[in-house]
Amino acid sequence: MELVLSIGIGIMTGSGVWLILRPRTYQVIIGLSLLSYAVNLFIFGVGGVKSNAAPLLGEGVDISTVTDPVPHALVLTAIVIGFATTALFLVVLLAARGLTGTDHVDGREQPK
Amino acid sequence: MILVLLVCLPFAGSLAATILLRTDSRILAARMSGVVSFAALLLTAALYPAVRDGGKVRLDLEWLPQLGLNVTLRMDGFAWLFAMLITGIGCLVVLYARYYMSEEDPVPRFFSFLLAFMGSMLGIVLSGNIILLSVFWELTSIFSFLLISYWHNNAAARDGARMALTITGIGGFCLLAGLLVLGHIVGSYDLDVVLASGDQIKAHPLYLTALVLILMGALTKSAQVPFHFWLPNAMAAPTPVSAYLHSATMVKAGVFLLVRFWPALSGTYEWFMLVGIAGISTLILGAYFAMFQQDLKGLLAYSTISHLGLITTLLSLGSPVAAVAAIFHMMNHATFKASLFMAAGIIDHETGTRDMRRLSGLLKYLPITGTLAMVASAAMAGVPLLNGFISKEMFFAEAVETHADSVLDRILPYIAVLAGAFSVAYSLRFIHMVFFGPEPTDLPKPKPHEPPHWMRFPIEFLVLACLVVGIIPSLSIGPFLHSAVVSVLGDRTPEYSLAVWHGINTPLIMSVIALVGGVALYAVMKDYLAKCDDGPPLFRHLGGQRIFERVLVTVSWKWARWMESRLGTRNLQPQLRLIAAAGLLAGVLPLYIAGFAPTPLAFDGIDPIFAAVWCVGAFCALGAAYQAKYHRLAALVLLGGAGITTCITFVWLSAPDLAITQLVVEIVTTVLLLLGLRWLPKRSEKVDNSVTFSARSRRFRDFLLAISCGFGMFVFSYAIMKQPVPDAIASYFLEKAYTEGGGRNVVNVILVDFRGFDTLGEIAVLAIVALTVFALLRRFRPAPDSVDKPEQQRIQNAYDAERPERSAGDTVRDYLLVPSVIMQWMFPVIITFSIYLLLRGHDLPGGGFAAGITMAIAFLLQYLAGGVRWAEDRLRILPLRWMGIGLLMAALTGMGAWLFGYPFLTTYSQYIELPFIGKIPAATALLFDLGVFSLVVGATVLILIALAHQSIRTHRVRGLEATKAEET
Repeated sequence: MELVLSIGIGIMTGSGVWLILRPRTYQVIIGLSLLSYAVNLFIFGVGGVKSNAAPLLGEGVDISTVTDPVPHALVLTAIVIGFATTALFLVVLLAARGLTGTDHVDGREQPK
Repeated sequence: MILVLLVCLPFAGSLAATILLRTDSRILAARMSGVVSFAALLLTAALYPAVRDGGKVRLDLEWLPQLGLNVTLRMDGFAWLFAMLITGIGCLVVLYARYYMSEEDPVPRFFSFLLAFMGSMLGIVLSGNIILLSVFWELTSIFSFLLISYWHNNAAARDGARMALTITGIGGFCLLAGLLVLGHIVGSYDLDVVLASGDQIKAHPLYLTALVLILMGALTKSAQVPFHFWLPNAMAAPTPVSAYLHSATMVKAGVFLLVRFWPALSGTYEWFMLVGIAGISTLILGAYFAMFQQDLKGLLAYSTISHLGLITTLLSLGSPVAAVAAIFHMMNHATFKASLFMAAGIIDHETGTRDMRRLSGLLKYLPITGTLAMVASAAMAGVPLLNGFISKEMFFAEAVETHADSVLDRILPYIAVLAGAFSVAYSLRFIHMVFFGPEPTDLPKPKPHEPPHWMRFPIEFLVLACLVVGIIPSLSIGPFLHSAVVSVLGDRTPEYSLAVWHGINTPLIMSVIALVGGVALYAVMKDYLAKCDDGPPLFRHLGGQRIFERVLVTVSWKWARWMESRLGTRNLQPQLRLIAAAGLLAGVLPLYIAGFAPTPLAFDGIDPIFAAVWCVGAFCALGAAYQAKYHRLAALVLLGGAGITTCITFVWLSAPDLAITQLVVEIVTTVLLLLGLRWLPKRSEKVDNSVTFSARSRRFRDFLLAISCGFGMFVFSYAIMKQPVPDAIASYFLEKAYTEGGGRNVVNVILVDFRGFDTLGEIAVLAIVALTVFALLRRFRPAPDSVDKPEQQRIQNAYDAERPERSAGDTVRDYLLVPSVIMQWMFPVIITFSIYLLLRGHDLPGGGFAAGITMAIAFLLQYLAGGVRWAEDRLRILPLRWMGIGLLMAALTGMGAWLFGYPFLTTYSQYIELPFIGKIPAATALLFDLGVFSLVVGATVLILIALAHQSIRTHRVRGLEATKAEET
C-alpha cells in the first residue's frame, strides 16, 4: 500500500517538476496542479495510511482505530485553496498572453 | 499623565492641521499651532516644581513587557530644560512662520509637520526607554526630511532633504543597533537602569561596539565632521525650519544624547579620543568654513556646526564642569542662533536675496532688525555681557585644564582660541557686510522695510534672553541650569560659578586674544571675502557633499546594476530551476547529515486493484507531462485522470471528506482550464520543431532535476509512511470533537470549530482571489489571433449557412441536446444535494467547502447546458453578494460568542428535532459553515462565470480590426 502510494507521489512530483520548468504557461499550470496532488497526498500520508478504518466517531468506535483527522483537515482546505490559486494563475496567464501576444512564461520568446 | 499629554498634544495638533489642509485659511492653522505649542510650553513649565533639585516624573505604560519594551516617559531637570527649549522656541517659530510663509504655500501642511516634529523631539527628550527614544529619533529624521523638502518643486530642497535623511537615517540605524547592544550589556532597556550601570557598561567587552554605534547616531544628527555636510544643504528649507530644527533643537538631539548617556559612557580613553577628535575637528573646520560662506544661511549653518563641535568637545573631556558648560552652551547657542536665523529670514524676505555680495548698508532700512542681529552676533562671537561669552569662558577654562594627557589635549587651548577668532571674524563679517557699507545696488526687491512687529517679536524676545542671561546669569538661568546639571551628574555635580567677572585669568586673556585676533583677521580678509566664490579656498571643490553623491551613485546605481546583471534574471525558468534545486537540497541535505538510511522496500500487502488504479494514475501524470505542450486538451484529460486517482486514493484510505472535496474541485478545475484553453495560441508540432543543442542540454538538465525530485519524494514519503504515527494532537481532537464540538465528523469539527479562525482566514483568501480574478478579467484583452469564434463553432455556423431551412446558431444550440436537457433537469437535484451535504457535514462527510462547490457546479451546469447567453438571460446569480454575506456570516457567528462572554469563534451545539427531517445538529458551527458555504459558492461561481463571460464580450481588439477593415 505504502509502496504504491509513494511511487505514485514520486511520479506525480517528477512530472510536475518537469512541467514547471517548461517554457509554456500551460505546461506550468498543469505542472503545478500535478505537484499539488503530490503534495496533498504526501501530507495526507503523514497521518498514516489506513484502509478500512473508521473516519467518523460513533457508538462503539474505538478512538485509536479512527483515522487521523488533522492531515485531512489540512488537505481539505489545501484542495480548495489550490483551486483558487490555479484559477488566479490561469487568469494571469491569459491576461499576459493577451498583453504580450505570447504564451511564453517570460512574456517574450527566448532567442534561440 | 501630564507627560503623555505633553507628548501627544503636538501630534494631535499635527493631525488637526491636516484637517485644515483643504481650507483656504492660512491664519487658522497658524493660530491652532500657536495655541498647541503654547499649551505645551505651559504644561512643561508647570512640571518644574516636580523636577527641581534632582526630582523626577515618571510614567510607565506596558507595551511589550516580555521584551523589556515599555512606553516609559520620564522627565528630570535636564529633560525639562530641553523640553522648555523645544516648546518655547517652538512657540516663537510658529509666531514667526505665521508672517514668514507666503500666500501661495500650503500653510497647514507646514504647521502639521512642524507640530509633529515638536512632538517627536519632545518624545526623544522624555523617553525613559532607550528603544522608545530610538523610535522618536527616527521620527525627527522623517519630519526633518518632510520639512526640508517642504518646497518640493525646488530641486535643491529635494536633494538637501534626501541627503539629510540618508545621513541621519544611517545614523539612526546605527543608534538603534548601539542601543540594542547597550540594552544587552545592561539587561534592561530602561534608561534609569542604563544610567545607573555605567561601570558595568565600561567594563564590558562590547563597550566599544556600543559606543561607536551610539556615537554614529549622535554625530550624524549633530552634523559633526565628517558627517557635517548635510546641514548646509538642509538650508533649502524654509527659514523657520532652519531656525527651529537646524539650529535650536534637532541638531541638538545628538549632543543631547551624548549628555544623556554621559554618566554611562563617558570618561574612558576611547570616549575621549572618538568624541574629542570629532568635536575638535568640527569646531575648527566649521568656524573656518563659515568665514567663507556667501549665503547668509550657509554662514549660520557652518557656525552652527562649529558650535555643536564646541559642545561635543566639551563633552569629550569627561569632566563634570565641562558637562555643565556643554549644557549651558546648548541653551545659549539655541537662543542666539535661532534669533540670527530669523533675522536672516527677514533680510531674505525683505530684500529677496541672501547673498552677502549683494547685500550691504541695510541698517538704514532695517534699523531694529539690524540692531537685534548685531546683539545676537555679538553673543555668537562671545562678546562680554552676553550669554555666549559666559559659556565660551567656561570652555576656555576647560580647554586649558589637562584631562587625558595626549597631543589632542595639549593643542586644545590653541585650537579653542583659533576657533574663537574665526567665530569673531564671521560674526563681524555677517554684521558688517549686511548692515554697513554703501547703499545696496542690485537687490531683487529694491525697497526693503521693517517687517510687521509680531514677526520681529521672537527675535526681540530671544535677544533679550541673551542679554539677561549674559548680565545676570545666576539669577536668570542659574536655578534651572542647576536642576538640569544635578539630574545628569547626580553626586558628581561640581562647584561652578556663572559670574560674568572672575578677575583677570587665563580664559579672559584667551577671550581677548580671540576677539582682537578675529577683528584683525576680518580686517585683513575683508576685501577678499567681499568678492570670493562661495566656500573656503582649497576645500571649495572637495566637499563632503561630492563624496557623498559619488558614493551614493556608486552604491545605489553602479553596484546595484552590476549585481542585478550578474546575479539576477528576469526569466522565470532559471528561477524555478533554482527553487526546485534548493527544495531538493533542503530535503536531502538534513537527511544526509543525520545519516538517514532508506527504509527497505516491503512488497507485502500490495492490493492489486489499488496498484492498478495507480498504474493508471502514473500513466496519466506522465502523459500529462508529455502532452502539455502540443495537445493541451489531452493533457487536461490526463490531468483529470490523475485527479480521479487521487480521489480514489482518498476513498481507499478512509478519507471520505477529502474524496468528496477532491471530486467536486476536480470538476470545477477541469471546467476552468477548459474555459481557458480557448484563449491560448495554436501550437503545432509540425511548425516549431527545431531543437538546438543548448535547448537539448537544458531539457536534459531539467529532466535530471525532475527525476531526482520525484525519486526523492518517493524515498521520503515511503520512509515517513512506514514509520509508526506518533501520538500527536490527533487524539486530543478525537476526544473533544463530540463532547465539546458536538460533531462526529472530526474533520469538519476541526475546520469550523477547533481551527475556525484558520478557516476564516482561508475563506478570506478565497474571496480575495476571486475578486482579483474578477478585476483582472474586467480589463481582459485577448490576443488578436484568438478573438475569432472557435473553429468548431465556425464549422457549425457554416453548416447552418449552407442550408436554407436552418438559421445561424441552430447547430450550436442543438449540440448535445439530450445531455443538456438532463443537465437542466439536474439543477434542483444538485442544489438539494448540496444543501444535504452542508447540513449533515457536522456528523457525516460533507461540510461547507464541498457543499459550496457542489452548489457552484449546479450553476455551472446551466452554463454548460444552455450556453453563456442562455444562462445569463435566465439566471441572476449575484456572486459578490454570496461572498459578502458568507464572509459576514462567518465573522458574525464568531463574534456572536462575545455576546455570551466567550472568546471569538466559540461554538455552541445542540440537536433540534425538525418535522419530517428528524434530528439535525444545530451547532452555531453550522452557521459558520453556512458562511463558508455561501462564500465558496460565490467565489467559485464568480471565477467561472467571469471567465465564461469573456467569450460573448465584444473585445476591444475586435473593434479595432473592424475599423481597420472598413478603412481598407
